[in-house]
Amino acid sequence: MRGRNAHWFYLAPALALLITFTYVPVGNMVWYSFHQWDGLDPVMEPAGLDNYVRVFTDERYWRVFLISLYYFVASFAQIAIALYFAVVLSFSTRFRNLFKGILFFPYLLNGVAVGFVFLYLFQPDGTLDSVLRLVGLGGHTQYWLGDPDVANISLAGTSVWRFTGLSFVLFLGAIQSIPGEIYEAADLDGANRWHQFRFIIAPGIRRIISLSFILAISGSLAVFEIPFIMTGGANGTRTFVIQAYETAFQFRQIGLASAMAVVLLLIVLLVTWIQRRLLPDEEVTLT
Amino acid sequence: MIKRRNFLGSLAAVALLAGCTGGAGDDPADSGEVTGAITVLTNRTDLATGALPAYAKKFEAKYPGTKVSFEAVTNYEGDVTTQLSSGDYGDVLLIPNTVAVGQLAQFFEPLGGTEELKAKYRFVDEKAYDGQVYGLSIGGVANGLVVNKRVWAEAGITAPPKTPEEFLAGLQAVKAKTQAVPFYTNYKDGWPLSFFNSQRAILADPAINEKFPADPAPWQPGKVEYVTDGLLFDLVHAGLSEKDPLTTNWEGSKPMIATGKVATMLLGSWAVPQMRDAAKAAGANPEDIAFWPFPVQTGGKFHSRIEGDYKAGVSKSSENKATARAWLDWFVTESGFAADQQAIPPAVGQPLPRALQDFQDTGVELVELPAATTNAGKEDQIIKESEIDLAGNIYRQKLVDIARGAAKGDKDSYFAELNERWGKAQAQVMK
Repeated sequence: MRGRNAHWFYLAPALALLITFTYVPVGNMVWYSFHQWDGLDPVMEPAGLDNYVRVFTDERYWRVFLISLYYFVASFAQIAIALYFAVVLSFSTRFRNLFKGILFFPYLLNGVAVGFVFLYLFQPDGTLDSVLRLVGLGGHTQYWLGDPDVANISLAGTSVWRFTGLSFVLFLGAIQSIPGEIYEAADLDGANRWHQFRFIIAPGIRRIISLSFILAISGSLAVFEIPFIMTGGANGTRTFVIQAYETAFQFRQIGLASAMAVVLLLIVLLVTWIQRRLLPDEEVTLT
Repeated sequence: MIKRRNFLGSLAAVALLAGCTGGAGDDPADSGEVTGAITVLTNRTDLATGALPAYAKKFEAKYPGTKVSFEAVTNYEGDVTTQLSSGDYGDVLLIPNTVAVGQLAQFFEPLGGTEELKAKYRFVDEKAYDGQVYGLSIGGVANGLVVNKRVWAEAGITAPPKTPEEFLAGLQAVKAKTQAVPFYTNYKDGWPLSFFNSQRAILADPAINEKFPADPAPWQPGKVEYVTDGLLFDLVHAGLSEKDPLTTNWEGSKPMIATGKVATMLLGSWAVPQMRDAAKAAGANPEDIAFWPFPVQTGGKFHSRIEGDYKAGVSKSSENKATARAWLDWFVTESGFAADQQAIPPAVGQPLPRALQDFQDTGVELVELPAATTNAGKEDQIIKESEIDLAGNIYRQKLVDIARGAAKGDKDSYFAELNERWGKAQAQVMK
């Protein structure tokens, strides 16, 4: 296998998988989005741009995007918490491996399990209320999911709990790739921890921070399983993806739902592109 | 928060399977004799290893040389819908509700003419199209209120309330005099809310299913949706339902009504044996659980809709249709399955189960509403187009949210919105 085309031989399995499971389905989805189809009928009625017109003109379809704002704001908290712990735990701290494990653990849990756990946590007189009473904050208990003003915040909080571990691991890995001598030199120059963070760590991991923001935006546009399991989209917690799911599988409008999915895909691509333009991917130098 | 992939994944699964759609058509392997093996799909995971094989043994004894095996499907609607498009879906199966009546002929064998089968079976028109029947009910249910009558008696009420006002006053009394939650909506699990759609018989209009899709505004005073959804709105608005609807739990609600922590739920008669079992398990008295009609009388009488639960049909792609048909006929007429399940027997002339006899003895007329024929399938189309899931929970959850003050609007504004959305879709579908 030394010919000029040998590289194709090695690429073929990966390409086959990628095409079968990513590009063909996406192609199909785009195809469906121009049709009216219930997912069963052998005949698909061509619909032209009707599905797209409907997604953009009917308020009920695009309004659900506003719910994403809760998750977007929450993702700042998520990145801040993850960054803080990544910095603290990259220096020698007591029990640091234990803390690393604790922080990463939620990300390992299945999203369905997380939903159920938090469902019990947020129940009236559930875990959260009991804890609040125990520490003398009993007056602050409320319907964490039943109150529409609080429900989305509770759900976004659950999401932060679940995904902080992922950001944390990304940051930790990036921080540890910074050579230790730089800190020693900084110490000799009299830099304190804050200075080290400000002038060494933050610039050193800016690529990862920027990546985290891209993930945060696309993630918050595409929230699904936590609200789906915990509230089913009721009480004003319906996200765009839940709406698309209902359109596809409750109302059997696969074409319209595909159009929604295509719109979501385009928005995520667009946001990513804008972000890359605003924050160009410069080479990081630490000298 | 990275979850887009799962969604695309499920669409992809549909996409891959859809590639191989297509009916098998007439099969040369089908000899027309009742012999050989068949596979039966069922949603009753609880019965698939015990009760159902016991029925199969009897069938195999009657028709030597046959072999019936069962395939239990947990997420029946979703999984079987996907299987349908793959062409491989057993020999006898319950017809998923996702199949529109107009599509029945693509996936199921016709079982006979509606008129002809009507003489033998109840509920034949529920899965029929163009005068052909595609599915037989495996047991029927009545619709109404499951109550804990001990709690209601403590509140001073022993007979079923006759009007919505009387019902609301009764719930108020339950709230004032007992510790029970007067009415439990099961909002979180959602599907129990759909029983507000199962009360169409209350106005005693046998043509209601035919008229329904012809009506551009079903949420007007006097119309059935106004009466039923309106009652849901009023009782939630008056604070007579559970405090935090977002954390309800269906499995948990059974012992709650059984022990008197909940007084009332709107369900089907199938729920009565389940609640009684829960009472036994919790050490409460199973006789506390009773079944009452929906609190509306027409012409001085209660009316309760009876309808077939899942309808079973013979797969169009089956390779052993004769045996499949024999099993289906035997199962609905001779197996005794309906009686064992306390359901209305699908064969005409067989006696009602005890719980329903008691119910009928309270003076309720059991009404079988004919399905729409000239407007067959139109209602489903309007539902799809307007995304008002009459037979589901999405818009009723919003209704509950508005009623409890958790979403903007009031009864009039929401009903006006529903009328408008429904009317718009209705105009398109019925044009």
